[in-house]
Formats: sequence, C-alpha cells, structure tokens
Amino acid sequence: MKTLRELIDEGQTIAAHRPWPRALVGEEAWLQAIGLLQEQTCTLLGLWGDNATVHLALLDEARKEPALLSYECEDDSYPSVGRLHAPAIRLERALRDLSGLDPEGLPDTRAWLDHGKWPVLRPLGKTERVAATRKRKPYPLLSAEGESLHQIPVGPVHAGIIEPGHFRFTASGETVVRLEERLGYVHKGTESLLAGQAPERAAMLAGRVSGDSTVAYALAFARALEAALGAEVPARAVWLRALMAELERLANHFGDIGAICNDAAFAMLHAHCGLLREQVLRAAAACFGHRLMMDCIVPGGVRADLPGDARRRLADLVAQVRKYFPELIELYDNTASLQDRTVGTGVLSAKLARQFGCGGYVGRASGRAFDARRMPGYAPYDRLQFELPLREEGDVDARVWIRIREVEQSLALVEQILLALPDGPVARPLPAANAAEGVALIEGFRGDILAWVRTGADGRIARCHLRDPSWFQWPVLEAAIEGNIVADFPLCNKSFNCSYSGHDL
Amino acid sequence: MRRMIFKSLVHGPLTEAAPAADAAALAELAAQVNAAARRRLGRTLSIREVDAGSCNGCELEIHALNNVLYDLERFGMRFVASPRHADVLLVTGPVTINMREALERTYQATPHPKWVVAVGDCGRDGGVFAGSYACVGGVSAVLPVDLHIAGCPPAPLALLKGLLALLENAERGAGAAV
Repeated sequence: MKTLRELIDEGQTIAAHRPWPRALVGEEAWLQAIGLLQEQTCTLLGLWGDNATVHLALLDEARKEPALLSYECEDDSYPSVGRLHAPAIRLERALRDLSGLDPEGLPDTRAWLDHGKWPVLRPLGKTERVAATRKRKPYPLLSAEGESLHQIPVGPVHAGIIEPGHFRFTASGETVVRLEERLGYVHKGTESLLAGQAPERAAMLAGRVSGDSTVAYALAFARALEAALGAEVPARAVWLRALMAELERLANHFGDIGAICNDAAFAMLHAHCGLLREQVLRAAAACFGHRLMMDCIVPGGVRADLPGDARRRLADLVAQVRKYFPELIELYDNTASLQDRTVGTGVLSAKLARQFGCGGYVGRASGRAFDARRMPGYAPYDRLQFELPLREEGDVDARVWIRIREVEQSLALVEQILLALPDGPVARPLPAANAAEGVALIEGFRGDILAWVRTGADGRIARCHLRDPSWFQWPVLEAAIEGNIVADFPLCNKSFNCSYSGHDL
Repeated sequence: MRRMIFKSLVHGPLTEAAPAADAAALAELAAQVNAAARRRLGRTLSIREVDAGSCNGCELEIHALNNVLYDLERFGMRFVASPRHADVLLVTGPVTINMREALERTYQATPHPKWVVAVGDCGRDGGVFAGSYACVGGVSAVLPVDLHIAGCPPAPLALLKGLLALLENAERGAGAAV
C-alpha cells in the first residue's frame, strides 16, 4: 500500500495550494487513498465538491502529514469514499445535494441537507431553478423491527433553547434500540453566499457558521486565506488570536459543564458555571469589544488592539476562576446522585472515535489524543506549554472531565499569552490579489475545524469550504446512545454538544 | 455542597438591578397589546424560543438571560418547553427554508393572545444570510412580528430591555394581537 506522500508525489501537484500539498489524482490513486482511510493509516479531514472536482482532505497521523487529493469527475460522478469508509457517508450525501456530483456506490442515497424545499437544485454545481411547490417524497427513515418497539419523534423544534434537528428514537420500553438523526434544518447556503465575496465580508460569514465557535471559524478562514495569498500576519495579532480562542474555549466549556449537570437535574452547578461563563464573556467584551468576539479576527490580523486595562482585567478573570472553579469540580466529583447519571452513560468506543476521527472532547474522552493546536499545529501554540487531557472511558463523565481539564489548560494558556504578548501592529493589509488556494485546520472548543479557500484573480473568494467538527461527532452519537434509556439522551447529547448550524452550514 | 449552599444563603444575591424598558421597543409596541390580553396574562409572560436558522449566537445570549446575573424569572417571564404553553414566540435566525414549516406550525400551536419577537439582525431581515437560496430572510416574511430586538447577537441586557417593554405594554393595555 502506498503512503499518502507517495500518492501526492505521483499525482499532478497543484503549485498554488498552501501550506499542505494538493495533487490531482486518477481513479487508481483515489481508490488507494480510500484504502488508507479504511485501514486507518489516514484520518478523513474533509470531502467537498468544487465545480466538477471532488477534494479529499486527509491526515497521515503517524507521519504528521496532511494533504489534499482531488479527483476530476467525468459525467459528474466519482468513486464513493463512503462505500468503504462510513465517516464519509454524510459528507457525500451533502456534497451530492450541493454540488450535484454523484458518489458511485454510496450506500445511503437519501438526500441530506436538501429537504426538497429550496427553489434551486445543486446550488454549488450546475444550478437549476425549480418550483417551490413541487411534490416532495417523504424522507424514509431507517427501520427497526421487533416485538413491542415504539418510536418517539423529537424535533426539529426542541423543548429547550437549542438549535433545531430531528431525532427519531426507536425504543423498547425505556431502552433506545436505534436513534436516527435528521439534520439540515438550519442550512443557510453559507458556501454559496461566500462565493464572490470580498475577504472582509467573507470573514463575517465564516464567523457566523456556528456562533459558539465564531473565533475559531474566523481564525480558520483567515488562516486559510492568508496561506493562499502568502500574507504575513503581525506577531501581536497571532498571539491576540490565540488569546481570543482560549477565552472562547473557556466560555463554552463552562457553559457545557453547567448544562450537562443541569440535564442531570443538578441545577446548582449550572448556576455556578453560568456565572463563570458570564464573567468570561464580560471580560471578552471589555477587552475585544464583543461578548462572543464576533468579527474581532479579520484577514490580515485582528480588528483592534487591547484597551489599556485589558491585562489586568484578564489576570483578574483567571485569578477569580482559579479561586472559584476547584470548589465546583469537587462538588461535581463528590455528588453521588450526579455521578450516578454521568458515569457509564453514553459510552463511545475508542474504536469508533478513531475510525471517525472524532475531534475535541468527544475524541479525547475516548482515547483519541488529537488536537489541531499540536498537529498540524499553528502559531503561537508551538511556543506555549499545554497538556492534552485524555480519558479512555468514553462516557458522559469522561467528556465532562476533559472539559474540566481543558479549562485548567486554557487558564494557563491565557496567562502565558499575557506574559509573552509581543508588541507591534495588530493587522497588515493583505497582499495583492491573485488566484491561489489555502487550507487551515484550527482547534475550536468542539474540535478541529477545516477551512479551505480558493481566491480569484480579482481578490474575491471563488470557493470556500468550512467543515465543522460535528460532521464526525453527530454520527457516533447515534451509536453512543444505543442501549441507554431515553431519559439519558439529553445528557448524552449535551455532553457531545454537536453544532447544528456548523454542520448544516 | 453544604458549605456552598450556606455561602449563598448568607451572601446577597448576585442578580443585578433591572434595566429600564427599551424606549424604541415601547414605541414599536405602542399599539399592539390590548386590555383583554392584559387581563388574561396578568403580569407573566411565557416564552417559547424558536431557532429558525440562527448560527446559535442568539441562543447563547438568550440562555444567559437565565443566569444568576440577569435572572429573567424575577420579572414573571420564563421559558417554556411547548408552544402550547407560550404567550410569546422568541424567534431567531434568517428563517431557513427548511425551518419555515416548523416555525409556522409552532405559531399555529401557540394559543391566542400571542406575540412574536424577532431576535437578532438575521431575524429582522436575514442579516448576513439575506439573499440566500436557502433563507426566507427575516421572521416578518413568515409571521406577524410585534417587536424586533436588534444585535448580532443582541446582548442579554438588550434582550431584557425588549422583553420588559413587551411586559410593560401588556400591563398598560394597548393595541391588539388577539
């Protein structure tokens, strides 16, 4: 079996692609790449359509080499990756809906994002306008057969203040036999909107793919664009971006830890964690001008420098959390009624986590030691000290603990960044427009976000693809809930906290 | 745990002082809440939040209304799990085409009298997603909207001011959404 590097070297290399290599390959090399995924030599990072070309982003974890392979479709079809590697199935269903390229041999041929209601077909490919009032076939859900099984439909409008999606449970008494997700309700056509935009406007759209990860998305987009154009970002901006990313991680982890406990009816931790989250957001507003730090990262740098009292403000925040948080951890650890709900619930096997390349706390709670800040890695994390918390249990409890440990790591990172923050400008104009391609992998709080950008000679975005970590987390949630009781689903779901908007795009 | 509970008993509450109702929101509502509605609602509002395609940013800030600093429930407002229990639909997002039917059905399931509050810049006119093939663009394109709360996303204080204006108007008794 050839390695990813060999497949790249034998393919037709695209020079204008940075920083990872990209090569155009034929059917044989394409099939060999699928083989690398199947035997788990490589991890799937993304799969998307670009006119009549399909791009496959892979990571050779052992050799620490990420790369893109591209396949040019004849007759609008290509050999399906999902046929042999299940994690690609939903990506390919979405790719077909959006680009109209047909994955030959795809085991699940149902539409995914296209619910049959849009006024167009194949919005990213050979677009065709269709009547909005056309007849729609019902979506066939997978079956579960057996004695005394019953179904529970949930959503798209859920009971809580959360995003919409449909869950169909088949249960035997209280036990979940099968969960099937149906997503796509919040598809906004973001990638179509991105095409043709100027970099600033495109950055705003990227920052609204998933509001909880606005910093991570803006960073991923900016880095991909900067890689394409060969832009130099001032050192101070690089460090300020990391500062924002860690604040975002802190705010989300506090929110999640509290919300998971709340779903186990332990409201007290929810209240305390909610307070911590609010303090992070207020510090972010004071330092960066926006509570969620939306639009604070721009291509070429960051929008504004810190105000004069920012260091003190952030140092206070870290000190306050350090004083307050340990008591909450102790409470979580010592409350038997809470542990009873989280320990052993919603177990995700290490095997599945590895196969699907689950990022973030979902992967790290099931033994997958992956963090995009480490590999492929990006500045300034190469100059920062942080540990990668890891658990093997794969249950709700492990996902809570990963978040707790990551809070501690992020606090330390904020301190290190404040100490080492270089002086200088915070933004630099982008270099002259040219047709080029760039890619970036960024560790958001939820996991690794892939951004791929192709610019046109006019300096506008020709095509941009953004892949949320949830693509590789939603499918395994279906497996993790099996055999659990229906009442534990909110708990499991919250412990995954997949993004609907990031996934539906 | 006992120590923590004791601490919260002896310390004062963390909840912050209430903001004044938003003047612009009051003006938008001036003619929309009538006396009959007021009699039926008393001083409470039950809110059903509907994400109609938001990026989740608005949801995060709406969530914050429940935290100890903003404590929405002290004003008699609370989030409910079903539209059948709701007086107000708090709708976010540019209304994706895939969510349109669910939003309409949620509205139909809400008993009269009812109000619709569109939250965020997307809820007003689609925001950055306006013009997409996949978005209707603005809540008012689908439902009659009584109040807009702008922002991307609106901060909890802005949300609170808008909702307080709705409540004050319900008390004063003007207009009709019945």
